[in-house]
Amino acid sequence: MRYLCLVHFDVNILLAMTPEERQDLDRRSIAYDEDLRRRGAFLRSDALEGPDAAVLVRRRDGQTLASDGPYLETKEQMGGFILIEARDLNEAVDLAAGIPIAAFGTIEVRPVYLIPTPP
Amino acid sequence: MIDLDRLYRQERGRVLASLIRLLGGFDLAEEALAEAFLAAAQQWPQSGVPANPRAWLVSAGRFKIIDRLRRRSRFKALSPELQRQIEGEEPPMPEDRETIADDTLRLIFTCCHPALPGDTQVAMTLREVCGLTTEEIATAFLAKPATIAQRIVRAKTRIRDANLPYQVPEPAEWAERLDAVLHTIYLIFNEGYEASHGEALLRRELSQEAIRLARLLVTLHPDAEAEGLLALLLLHEARAAARTDAAGDLVLLPDQDRTLWNTDLIAEGIAHARAALARPPVGVYTLQALIASEHMRAATAAATDWNAISDLYDLLATADRSPVVALNRAVAIAMRDGPEAGLDLIAPLIASPLATYRFAHAAKADLLRRAGRWSEARDAYQAALALTEQTAERRYLEKRLREMAD
Repeated sequence: MRYLCLVHFDVNILLAMTPEERQDLDRRSIAYDEDLRRRGAFLRSDALEGPDAAVLVRRRDGQTLASDGPYLETKEQMGGFILIEARDLNEAVDLAAGIPIAAFGTIEVRPVYLIPTPP
Repeated sequence: MIDLDRLYRQERGRVLASLIRLLGGFDLAEEALAEAFLAAAQQWPQSGVPANPRAWLVSAGRFKIIDRLRRRSRFKALSPELQRQIEGEEPPMPEDRETIADDTLRLIFTCCHPALPGDTQVAMTLREVCGLTTEEIATAFLAKPATIAQRIVRAKTRIRDANLPYQVPEPAEWAERLDAVLHTIYLIFNEGYEASHGEALLRRELSQEAIRLARLLVTLHPDAEAEGLLALLLLHEARAAARTDAAGDLVLLPDQDRTLWNTDLIAEGIAHARAALARPPVGVYTLQALIASEHMRAATAAATDWNAISDLYDLLATADRSPVVALNRAVAIAMRDGPEAGLDLIAPLIASPLATYRFAHAAKADLLRRAGRWSEARDAYQAALALTEQTAERRYLEKRLREMAD
């Protein structure tokens, strides 16, 4: 089964870090991806620009509407994701718990929904 | 073609059990387990399945973890004892049957530790010992996977924080701890057998898992009550095909087509029940198995030995004072002494402890019907119906009501 680990955190925590702390976090985050890859659990990951860089897109009545983010004003924002392969939800939770940012942010684990093939 | 899925289901519990002992906890052990099966998936298609796959998986998992901990320099962060334990002497070779047996027993006892809530014991046992996924457990119990996942996460935290010992209990607490294990297995079986809310199917697998667990337990540690439980489950399972008719409606024991009963399971169940009886004290599961044996020895419902069954119920009611046992005893005595005798025994049960228990009202209704007290019987069937959600059971009660209207 595939699970998407959405990595949420308060960007102010990152901004308050010293450059050394930031580098250490980045190093550990990259190392964890490597760990997951060795376990056969890694599918894909990326960090994201902040919500102020987001464009919100909708189509209504055939018109494309674009507006600025952020959509929601919450303290923690989604800042990246890791798509993993795990045997079940509890294995996914264990893997998500190992993501270094889980120590101060929140990882939302979402099972991938398999869209039924249309007949 | 190597059937890795099947191997996974077969070996997961035992490999995990050994890894927990070698690595000192669930977290590292599950990581090691995943690594071991990944390595197997990569290597076995070329090299073939090793002679002892279980031993291979255990040592591959352990080796990978040591390697990984070093790489992550997490190793130094571990306590010196754990470092010694993990790296220490060559692991006791897992092909040693006794060690494996003990590891699995340890895992079962840990999953069923009394410090964990009952529903958590069930979920932990199904996932860690039987190898079901969180999602499968959720489907079987009609729960959300997220709910089951949290239960399992909390259980593991509890095991770690409370430092629940990963060991087979001492003789002094053996009986009590075994009770918890047997009760868990019984709950798993019943969930599959009764399918108490909704339709069956995937849930039948739970009964199979429970029987597999009971068998495993009896093999690992011969114990009279464990054997009594195995006997009971086998005898229930032997009747599974006769419990519902072609339309999926419930058929009660007296009306069941006895040619549909599985004679192999009956023979095996009766043999285990007798073996358990031969090693007193006789426990509650053994008594229930003996009652089931009596039912299933009879060629027809009319030939049932209600004297023997009532006597066994007297013993059971002394050992287990639960009102449900008292209810079943009342039904047996009604078969021996007539419906009025049973109704006298049921009245106080319905008055308080079993007021909302659907089977109590259904039993009362059946006895009233047999006594020819029609309008009271109708009221009792209505009361049972109001408490029943399960579709097959509802249809059974509705059928009885219709019959009485004629």
